Amino acid sequence: MKKERLKALIMLEDGTHFWGYSFTGPGETFGEIVFNTGMTGYQEILTDPSYYGQIVTMTYPLIGTYGVNDEDMESARIQVAGFIVREYQPYFSNYRARRSLGDWLKEQGILGIEGVDTRALTRHIRNYGAMKGGMTTETLDPKKFLEKVKESPDYVGRDLVKFVTSPKPYYYGPEGFDFNCQSFKNKAQYRVAVLDCGLKYNQLRLMVQRGAECLVFPADTPAEKILAEDPHGIFLSNGPGDPSALPYVVETAKNLLGKRPIFGICLGHQILGQALSATTYKLRFGHRGINHPVLNLLNGRVEITSQNHGFCVRAEELPKDVIITHINLNDNTLEGIYAPDLKAFSVQYHPENAPGPWDSLYLFDSFFKLMRGEDENLFS
Amino acid sequence: MPKRTDIKKILIIGSGPIVIGQACEFDYSGSQACKALREEGYEIVLVNSNPATIMTDPEMADRTYIEPLIPEVLEYIIKEERPDALLPTLGGQTGLNLAFALARKGVLEKYKVELIGAKESAIEKAESREHFKKAMERIGLKVPKSAIVKSLAEAEKAIKEIGFPVIVRPSFTLGGTGGGVAYNIEELREIVSAGLEASLIHEVMLEESVLGWKEYELEVMRDFKDNVVIICSIENFDPMGVHTGDSITVAPSQTLSDVEYQRMRVAAQAVIREIGVETGGSNIQFAINPDTGEMVVIEMNPRVSRSSALASKATGYPIAKIAAKLAVGYTLDELANDITKETKAAFEPTIDYVVVKIPRFTFEKFPEAKDELTTSMRSVGETMAIGRTFKEALQKAIAGLEIGRFGFGADGKSPSDIGEFLPLELIKEKLARPNSQRLFYIREAFKAGLTIDEIYRLTYIDRWFLYNLWQVFTVSEELKGRPLETISSEDLKELKQMGFTDYQIAFLTGSTEIEVRKRRLALGIKPTYKLIDTCAAEFEAYTPYFYSTYEVENESRARLSKNKKVIIIGGGPNRIGQGIEFDYCCVHAVKALRERGIDAIMINSNPETVSTDYDVSTRLYFEPLTFEHVLNIYEEEEPDGVIVQFGGQTPLNLAMPLYKAGVKILGTSPLQIDRAEDREKFDALLEKVGLKRPKAGIARSADEALEVARKIGYPVLVRPSYVLGGRAMKIVYSEAELMEYIETAVKVQPEHPILIDRFLEDALEVDVDAISDGETVVVAGIMEHIEEAGVHSGDSACILPPVNIPPKLIDEIRRATHVLAKELEVKGLINIQFAIKDEELYVLEVNPRASRTIPFVSKAIGVPLAKLATWIMLGESLKDLGFTQEVWPKYYSVKEVVFPFKRFPGVDVTLGPEMKSTGEVMGIDWEPSLAYAKAQFAAGMRLPLSGRVFISVKDEDKPQVVEIAKVLENLGFEIVATEGTAKYLEDFGIKVKVIPKISEGRRPNILDLIKNKEIDLMINTAKGKVSKLDAYLIRRYAMELDIPYATTISGARAMVCSIRRLKEKSFSYSALQDYYKTLPCNYYATKTDR
Repeated sequence: MKKERLKALIMLEDGTHFWGYSFTGPGETFGEIVFNTGMTGYQEILTDPSYYGQIVTMTYPLIGTYGVNDEDMESARIQVAGFIVREYQPYFSNYRARRSLGDWLKEQGILGIEGVDTRALTRHIRNYGAMKGGMTTETLDPKKFLEKVKESPDYVGRDLVKFVTSPKPYYYGPEGFDFNCQSFKNKAQYRVAVLDCGLKYNQLRLMVQRGAECLVFPADTPAEKILAEDPHGIFLSNGPGDPSALPYVVETAKNLLGKRPIFGICLGHQILGQALSATTYKLRFGHRGINHPVLNLLNGRVEITSQNHGFCVRAEELPKDVIITHINLNDNTLEGIYAPDLKAFSVQYHPENAPGPWDSLYLFDSFFKLMRGEDENLFS
Repeated sequence: MPKRTDIKKILIIGSGPIVIGQACEFDYSGSQACKALREEGYEIVLVNSNPATIMTDPEMADRTYIEPLIPEVLEYIIKEERPDALLPTLGGQTGLNLAFALARKGVLEKYKVELIGAKESAIEKAESREHFKKAMERIGLKVPKSAIVKSLAEAEKAIKEIGFPVIVRPSFTLGGTGGGVAYNIEELREIVSAGLEASLIHEVMLEESVLGWKEYELEVMRDFKDNVVIICSIENFDPMGVHTGDSITVAPSQTLSDVEYQRMRVAAQAVIREIGVETGGSNIQFAINPDTGEMVVIEMNPRVSRSSALASKATGYPIAKIAAKLAVGYTLDELANDITKETKAAFEPTIDYVVVKIPRFTFEKFPEAKDELTTSMRSVGETMAIGRTFKEALQKAIAGLEIGRFGFGADGKSPSDIGEFLPLELIKEKLARPNSQRLFYIREAFKAGLTIDEIYRLTYIDRWFLYNLWQVFTVSEELKGRPLETISSEDLKELKQMGFTDYQIAFLTGSTEIEVRKRRLALGIKPTYKLIDTCAAEFEAYTPYFYSTYEVENESRARLSKNKKVIIIGGGPNRIGQGIEFDYCCVHAVKALRERGIDAIMINSNPETVSTDYDVSTRLYFEPLTFEHVLNIYEEEEPDGVIVQFGGQTPLNLAMPLYKAGVKILGTSPLQIDRAEDREKFDALLEKVGLKRPKAGIARSADEALEVARKIGYPVLVRPSYVLGGRAMKIVYSEAELMEYIETAVKVQPEHPILIDRFLEDALEVDVDAISDGETVVVAGIMEHIEEAGVHSGDSACILPPVNIPPKLIDEIRRATHVLAKELEVKGLINIQFAIKDEELYVLEVNPRASRTIPFVSKAIGVPLAKLATWIMLGESLKDLGFTQEVWPKYYSVKEVVFPFKRFPGVDVTLGPEMKSTGEVMGIDWEPSLAYAKAQFAAGMRLPLSGRVFISVKDEDKPQVVEIAKVLENLGFEIVATEGTAKYLEDFGIKVKVIPKISEGRRPNILDLIKNKEIDLMINTAKGKVSKLDAYLIRRYAMELDIPYATTISGARAMVCSIRRLKEKSFSYSALQDYYKTLPCNYYATKTDR
């Protein structure tokens, strides 16, 4: 009835497996299998460095509908290890689209599989937790492939930041990227030093829109080198993997505390939490989606947020003078903290969205307030 | 914020009768609100004129008023009940308009009633085009270029600025009545005039056309703390230019990238804040230019809407319930998400399936109306389907429409399926002008070789949708002609995943539906049931709300329950003749089962209904009501039985095939149902029990027809034996008319005979509902029709208890009912239509099932008949249930109907054997004439107490109209008539002012008077279907201008009686609970909960 399709196998570490078809040609890949519940935003998700080392399953069944455009990039390339959907859409329709999702994945050598009961896969992860897995068009013997999956590197305890951080400093300002510039150009009212653990471009865009220029540093840059550029504020970006595997970044953050206002997002929040002496733990299956309600405890209002994290900061280990600003309404986990004396705050979720709701953009304004030396009504 | 304690009593206004644009979705939202608020301890006063609603069940509110929804009535009730608050956002546009009118009149202020949910200012900002436009400009959102005009002259001036094509939208109407698209000055004049009339404030808006832009809707919720969440996004398959109620719609949005979606989301948040809807749900519509992404706001409904009902069913998020709780002070973060229990209502549902809604049209009922879709809504119902792909959901939705189609073509019903090829020009024309069949013309276009781009340029339907349709088309073309056995298991599964029904596969492979089913099951290809859980499986869900698809994992919980279980088959999409009444019965059946600890498993495909509220049944399957889908669920659930009596014709049509497939049907046997439906078996049955029916015969040729008619005697009622869209039923008075009918309306062939019945002229028609357990038979209600036999019983007003039937005949009716119920071994409900002519009783029709009148009778006699019938089907007896005595109330209940004529320009408003009404109202009073008057007011006929009456009747009716005219004259009415009728009346000493006919050329003529609203009441009867242009125009204008009119003598007589009584005594209004106190036994209070 149809043209021959390339059969593919998805294997979880516990032996559970699913069959599907590759829509990007042959390949084999390994990573932690996670699900994302966003119904839009696959291009941003695929380019989000936080997904480095992960195989992402979309719970929404139809993916590829609006193609891929030139604008909605959150980093320079696709970051995920693999992509699983229910029905890939080769035909796309959107005025901004430039190419199909399948072509783009193929071009970047990323394996995409369709025809999978993604709801069953999601339910399995929900019930048994996110785990190691792999997908292949090459090793179609489940037994053999399970062995390979078991042998693949672990996700927990590994430093993945080193794979996604920028190798050298670069500049991002009103005129865009300047990869040859390694210092502030001193034009802007706000100079933000960004510690790149796997940042998303929208974080830079939003800061520049607010009048900042950004200097982006590799994750292993020591504090002194950052402070030497005399920024007004420090931004700790998101990034992939286990936050406890990054003692060198935590050390940098500790050395920056109190020196300049600090704003952290996601992994940046987990770094700040550790710098404030709390530890982190792994959530069973993480929060990945764009519909998570977060309660702002300071103004009592709910924000619908974009989330992408598998680890969480232990709120009870934070020092007394750290204020809990936000919690997750679904499971009451920690979502935001503020250390007033240190002028440092962070959120576990993604106020820069991309993808996701724009409810929490005010946090960027909060950061700018701190840089101006204001700290009244910071979170309302 | 916790709930408010300063308010104790809340008034809720329902939406009245089912009309186009306002259907049972407001019963769904209203009942949810009642439940939600009572659960919080508030006292509820409910007003609605529609008896066929769950919300008007006496146990849903503390005080239930089934009264006309007009400001005077509401003021009376407010004065009596003194509610603290009025919740205006759950009763559709009717409820909102009424609340707004009460606020404007100062009634709310006078009695200190607070509007909760939406304040007067917010309603005005959202509803008045001008205010809305200004508000949008303030928040920097674009709206299409537009102008508000109050006259034709202003419109002609404004058009110079806006340009053609232009969209005309009247302010303050239901679902855009009177609106349309004008392409030239002539059309502009026509549509603007109609629009000005339809607008309650005589105002229309001319709007820059964004025809062909992509249309989206967002369902938004807001609470007192200004938390705003989006429940659902909906993308219209049909682009701008087709009313969203008439569009195929898809959830969630498909072709928006995240940035574009978020931009729209932020705009929606800004809109609800700016308009100032404090709490609750709103619906906001946007249009997006497909080439540039430019976005404009089209409109906002500051209330729960049809789309909210769809969004609730599509996501599992109970919008109306949450809206009600927000209105009394709760905030979203305080309310739980019922489905997951552990999460809160403050979130945005995410779904892992695709939802498709397709509207159901009924153009076949109005052959004079053009099948064209515009910005004025025409559809009478809708079906929704859920699948894992758009293709699957769409094909399921088509099967669920119940229009004889089983998918996107490939079912032997598309011309190209059977080798007929439509001319390309016709196909192009049908694609370019939106119509109810456009979807199917797309298939013909593919077949004719048109490309996706070419079809796009004709329809502006997004190419992505077209591509998916093309995939379905291509796969079916590849498959066509291949034997069933050669299709691999993998391919068959893929076909099912694309939504192909067994019926389609049977057609394509030249086999039968049963053979495909057998082969499929042999290959182990069975549907899997997935849960609708608001969260794409992220959290454990507790709500048992399922849809079928073909996947790996089956989440069905069928096997987990140890209880007895029963399946109830619902009524599917609303249509004329099958609507909310049947859903009412299904909901009662569900309640009855659950009260006995039995799992009630509901199957339905209509998102507007209460029965598809996920917390009504034990398990809900949102599925098309086809043999295949129902049998699948039966095999999954293995229930103790299936109930087919309550969902109207839909389950009844399935009863026989299901029975033959071994399904256990509860209650009256399908064999008995068949005995009542099959004409020859039915005749034999009547003969056996000695009951009369009008003489009848069958004709297989034109000559035979003439002979049969001659034998029977004219007039005769003729109709085709096969039902083709339910039309072509006619009363003919002569051989010439019969010949014309045979030549034009039907083809008489040996295999397609026509049925000919003697038509009993001027007979009194009687509807009887009864209940039987096989031993005891109890007559539940004898309804005397107001209109004579010949008018479809569904279009006739009726009164209970009867007032003009002699006791001897009443006894005969009772006896006949007992005999028929016993003979048919009825276990449950039975409906019989009788005619009385010359003191003789004739049986017209017997339906051994719940009828359209069950809710009305249940309300009138205070007995939940559908519940009792359910318990009977479970084996209980009427004696056990304590219902053995017929109830004869001391008060009178009148049912009146409403028609959708305003939506169908060019259609005559006369009544006939073809049902045309969409909904019903009820009037209750201690006197029959006042009950009738209330029903008239409720149906929108404001009977005048003085003024000018225009009388024009056919010759046969002239003798009878004299009495009516005399009464009117005595009551002080001025009588005007055209020459013929005037002369006739003058001969009886009645003073009549003669007025020229339209055709006479002298002015002012009768039409001028009508247009100037110088006529206060009109009595106009016409013979047959073909009426003269004069008469047609007169009736049409009277209807358009809301001038009360009667088109039958019996109707006129009843109206006049009511007017006479109303001049002596003004209305008073009582709650249903008070009426029931006068009944010998109050069933609702005592007997139902055992």
